[in-house]
Amino acid sequence: MEQTKTLKLVPELSNEKLKGLYKQMWLIRYFDEQVDQFFAKGMIHGTTHLAVGQEATAAGACALLSDEDKITSTHRGHGHSIAKGGRVDKMMAELFGRTTGYCKGKGGSMHIADLDKGNLGAMGIVGGGIPLAVGSALTAHMKKLDYVTVCFFGDGASNEGSFHEAINMASIWDLPVVFFCENNQYGMSGNVSEMTNVENIADRAAAYGIPGVVIDGNDIIEVINATYEATERARLGEGPTLIEAKTYRWKGHSKSDAKKYRTRDEEKDWRDNRDPIKRFKEDLVEAGIATEDELETLKKAAKQEMDDAVEFAQNSPMPSLDELLTDVYA
Amino acid sequence: MREITYLEAVREAMSIEMRKNDDVFLMGEDIGVYGGAFGVSRGMIEEFGPERIRNTPISEAGIAGAAVGSALTGMRPIMELQFSDFITIALDQIVNQAAKLRYMYGGKGKVPMVVRTPSGSGTGAAAQHSQSLEAWVTHIPGLKVVQPSTAYDAKGLLKAALDDDNPVIFYEHKLLYKTSSEVPEEEYSIPLGKAEVKREGTDITIVATAIMVHKALEAAAELEKEGISVEVVDPRTLVPLDTETIIKSVAKTGHLVVVHEAVKRGGFGGEIASMIAESEAFDYLDAPIKRLGGVETPIPYNPELEKAAIPQVPDIVNAVKETLTKKAVAK
Repeated sequence: MEQTKTLKLVPELSNEKLKGLYKQMWLIRYFDEQVDQFFAKGMIHGTTHLAVGQEATAAGACALLSDEDKITSTHRGHGHSIAKGGRVDKMMAELFGRTTGYCKGKGGSMHIADLDKGNLGAMGIVGGGIPLAVGSALTAHMKKLDYVTVCFFGDGASNEGSFHEAINMASIWDLPVVFFCENNQYGMSGNVSEMTNVENIADRAAAYGIPGVVIDGNDIIEVINATYEATERARLGEGPTLIEAKTYRWKGHSKSDAKKYRTRDEEKDWRDNRDPIKRFKEDLVEAGIATEDELETLKKAAKQEMDDAVEFAQNSPMPSLDELLTDVYA
Repeated sequence: MREITYLEAVREAMSIEMRKNDDVFLMGEDIGVYGGAFGVSRGMIEEFGPERIRNTPISEAGIAGAAVGSALTGMRPIMELQFSDFITIALDQIVNQAAKLRYMYGGKGKVPMVVRTPSGSGTGAAAQHSQSLEAWVTHIPGLKVVQPSTAYDAKGLLKAALDDDNPVIFYEHKLLYKTSSEVPEEEYSIPLGKAEVKREGTDITIVATAIMVHKALEAAAELEKEGISVEVVDPRTLVPLDTETIIKSVAKTGHLVVVHEAVKRGGFGGEIASMIAESEAFDYLDAPIKRLGGVETPIPYNPELEKAAIPQVPDIVNAVKETLTKKAVAK
């Protein structure tokens, strides 16, 4: 594949697949921007964590996963859900608390799960999903199944004890799991450099005797390549990999964040110079995979899908109060 | 019928299930060739091998999370938590993950896992290895909580726990491991949420859990000599709780003493007492409900102090007499 070579892609991806990823990145961005607006207008309650600016990590890491492969996600998980095949209409309905939502309106923004698509769910506890991903990988190992588990977590979670316990266990058992750290520079307000005494979180891989890879998380090609190599290694029974994707969240930690811990200049720099969607667009055009017009059409299609999703969500029924105790067993 | 120990009953229930179902496996610290801190899994690695008798690093949060994740994806893990005190380290996975997933995901997914763990004092292990923390987990919707008091119950209740599609915390009392009772060789299941009247009586009901069931039975035998007829009810599972059997007994005897080893303050005895106070059995009470529980102190090392920290047979005898005396005064 000529284009693939131009893009420096390691695995072979069809042009259609690459264009699909471009559209998906817009879908992720539109989803979170839409959610941001709804919160500002008071149309959605609770809280939410947006991943605008981090589209390449979710889309790239899930690009080659099948429905059999699993992911565990985080409080900042809308992008992961979309990248793993989640439907934006059911996601938006969940945020609206409707019965048609992924969790029938009982989970909300932080707990979207789609087991049929291999999304084991978003965990609101920082680091909570890491041991769980190891358990999923343990199932694959014990049942001799071919699937891999990609475990998303942030730079903040890498300071939780669960990170250490889980990665150590996965490494001694050579489990088919990829630990994918989205280092967006801040755990709520704490800058990673203040909270961690190593330059790279991936450096910690050495402590577990597994490969640690640092990549530009805003370059989807790098993300695809690194995840591809890590999942191949996992499928061959060679054990886990720790990938650290350096990225940046454009928005605040959650809906109530004055962002006093960083400068507007820093934000502007990431937005203007390291926008993952803009970068991928340039790559696709340069490699002759798509024209600017084609990409514009895909972007519009993503917007349309989002608009339809909002309509679906708003027109969906609220749960009846009888639903309070459904699925309670103890 | 043959007699086996409580410890052997637990091992037998696991082994029978593991022979039938490849999805069931045991995971925990030192459960391999060592056989577990109390010897429960002794011999199991020889039969089932190291894949299914999975010796883990000392990582309670990691093990618990791996149990949740493997359960969610099709396995039926049994996690041995070496001492129940260590649940402190595993609680995020148990409380925030295991207990929540099904509801939080709108009914999707199931977490069929059993956390087996030895609890209680009496071994001289002092404050960090002797607690009875079962009330903590009973407070969490989404967890079932089991406390067998005999070898027979341990085998049947563990079978029910293993068959359950939801997380079950299975408390084994350390001092009961070596106690024996008649246990059938074949498998059987005791449904969760079914109390047992361990001794029938007419004057007073004692609701007792785990090792306190035996102390209550001893107290009942002593009291019988004085013409007091004691009914001893063992709830066997705290969640779900067989309120019906307890209410029925209290309605019959008109008196209730609740006894557990766990610290009285915030203990499950308060839940049982309140449940009775809110039930139709309240009208039958001839005296205030009496709760006996552990003294509000960390468990001390010195054996005499250790004993003094938890209810003993004479305490139960006195509590019964006091309760019945109050009746006399009231009349």
